[in-house]
Amino acid sequence: MSTSIDKPGAGGASGPALEVVNLIKDYGDFRALKGISFTVNEGEVFGLIGPNGAGKTTALRIISTILQITSGNVRMFGMDVAKRPHEARMILSYLPEDAGAYKNLTGNEYLAFIARFFSQSREGVARILSKGVDIADLGDRMGDKVDTYSKGMARRLLVARALMIEPRVAILDELTSGLDVINAQEIRKIVKDSSRNGTTVLLSSHNMLEVELMCDRIALINDGEIVEMGTPAELKAKHNAQNIEEVFMKVVS
Amino acid sequence: MNSTLNILRKEIREMMTRSTLLPVVVIAILLGAMGSMMGGIEEAVTGAPTVGIVNDDTHGDLAAIAVGIVGNLSEVVYDGNDVDEGVTAVDEAGGVALLHVPANFTERITDGESGTIQIYWIMRGAGLLDSISSEAVNSVLWNVNRAISTHLIDANASVNSTLALNPTTRTETTIFGDKIMDGISPGTLGSMLSAQSFVVPLVMMMLIMVAGGTVISSMGMEKENKTLETLLTLPVKRGSIVTGKLVASALIGLVMAAVYMVGFNYYMTGFSASGELDMEKYDIALSALDYLLVGISLFVTLIAALALCMILGTFAKNYKSAQTLTMPISFLALVPMFMIIFKDFNTLPLAAQVLLFALPFSHPMMAMRSLMFDDYALVLGGIAYSTIFAVVAIALTVWIFKTDRLLTGRIGKKEEGRSKTLLMAISGRKR
Repeated sequence: MSTSIDKPGAGGASGPALEVVNLIKDYGDFRALKGISFTVNEGEVFGLIGPNGAGKTTALRIISTILQITSGNVRMFGMDVAKRPHEARMILSYLPEDAGAYKNLTGNEYLAFIARFFSQSREGVARILSKGVDIADLGDRMGDKVDTYSKGMARRLLVARALMIEPRVAILDELTSGLDVINAQEIRKIVKDSSRNGTTVLLSSHNMLEVELMCDRIALINDGEIVEMGTPAELKAKHNAQNIEEVFMKVVS
Repeated sequence: MNSTLNILRKEIREMMTRSTLLPVVVIAILLGAMGSMMGGIEEAVTGAPTVGIVNDDTHGDLAAIAVGIVGNLSEVVYDGNDVDEGVTAVDEAGGVALLHVPANFTERITDGESGTIQIYWIMRGAGLLDSISSEAVNSVLWNVNRAISTHLIDANASVNSTLALNPTTRTETTIFGDKIMDGISPGTLGSMLSAQSFVVPLVMMMLIMVAGGTVISSMGMEKENKTLETLLTLPVKRGSIVTGKLVASALIGLVMAAVYMVGFNYYMTGFSASGELDMEKYDIALSALDYLLVGISLFVTLIAALALCMILGTFAKNYKSAQTLTMPISFLALVPMFMIIFKDFNTLPLAAQVLLFALPFSHPMMAMRSLMFDDYALVLGGIAYSTIFAVVAIALTVWIFKTDRLLTGRIGKKEEGRSKTLLMAISGRKR
């Protein structure tokens, strides 16, 4: 993968891109994560699925360094994200489910604002921005304020924001939430292309078809615990199911 | 009716949140504290004035009448014949004025001229309520004038009717701190200083409210527009986020302050043009160094205020709740504003002084007036305190940015049921 950014961990130790070990998260007396463990290999698309309230978003936020760990460990290319959050942020990109962009900025201005965190040179920023504009594919509307965008356009801009920096790990929560079929398909393709170029993807979705289409491996999380993990084919075979939705229903219910 | 009640219950439940109740509770507490303070002031105002007397007209019967009236209506803490000693004694006793009856007092009146009483005012503050003590002395002097007038009429003295009705006049010297200002009364000085008393605190209060509101709203907007999570995952140090937001708000605030100050400058120019009081003449004009100190005081206070606003901003769930959260800041700016308009720091009760000093917003409001009367200790102390306050507030803000606090909104333990509901929501769990 070519990158314009000097990323920590790049060319570092071999091993999993992401390693989550016995991760526990408490909110006061409430235990949201009860010791989950999984690994994601470099270039892999890994799906984290589960019912509402299972702890998916909490896990994604911890891995993205914006929530603190109660106990356990998260390593990203060997880096402990709790101890070196700033370095981790250099190589990860997080797309929250209901993320927004600054409404008073135009699409171009928003992407440039983000790009400047990842490159100090004008050329570097221009290169990242150019990639972002390609991914967003919003044409002339990139010069319009985000406030005027439709939901689909805004989501495309945010996906472009997440992937234009060519992150080593992309953490995508409900990637195509609220999008129509055409937009959803295009965005899935963009993410798959990014994965083929070496980006490791950790994906959370309620759309089982999307999970089955995109993910190399899946972990099913329920009530703060991982209850099943494997490739879509393995899970379907194990539970004698036609599709992942059926697996989900059998495991969770 | 049931539907109405149902809606009513829901509306009340939505409105009675911690963020709406907290400012009201804070306001109630502060109002209570201000009430106690003002009660103390009222007691001071309604009591007999504390004065000193130097009577050089020891054999004059009219001087004796004057001294007798003063003694009856005032608390006399000095009765001697040395003006300097008398001023010191009255000052130490917390008194208002030394009244000097000259040796020719009675003689002048009986000769058909006004008898002059020289008043040495000991001014302790330039707030609106600070001049009230001098009004009590004015009342005593009115009674002196009336008693002598009555005496002259009863005695059928050979003076003209105008003198009989107004047998006394006064000359005034105002002593304020180390400044001795001849020919000016505390009232005249106070009305001149009302520009500082009123406009400066008002400008500072508006500046803090506007800039503070900007930073709190910025936090609310980040949450409402769902941009905060993205910002927190970018490779930018928390200190940089906090600094960026603080400096941006401070710059906007300073631009606004500059606009206000231009208007204020015109106001002051117009005032000086009226020629009522020449500040240079009374040695109360500010030097370049004084203006620099006012600027430093304003800057550090603004940073402290904005850091405090950022901490409050972390409570904001959205733009609407951010607007509510500006209330405590507004009130924290309003309290010192009113206190300073009405009273000088030095004339406040100790508890109110502690409160005023502890509120970092007070210091730039007080700085200009303090510097006029060379109270550098208060200004420098205020700058030091505001700086420490700002550093602590910024450190606290950065620490909050490093915790879950921004996203979870949690402060401490809550009751189990509510806690779980809230945590479900913040951790993305939907039931």
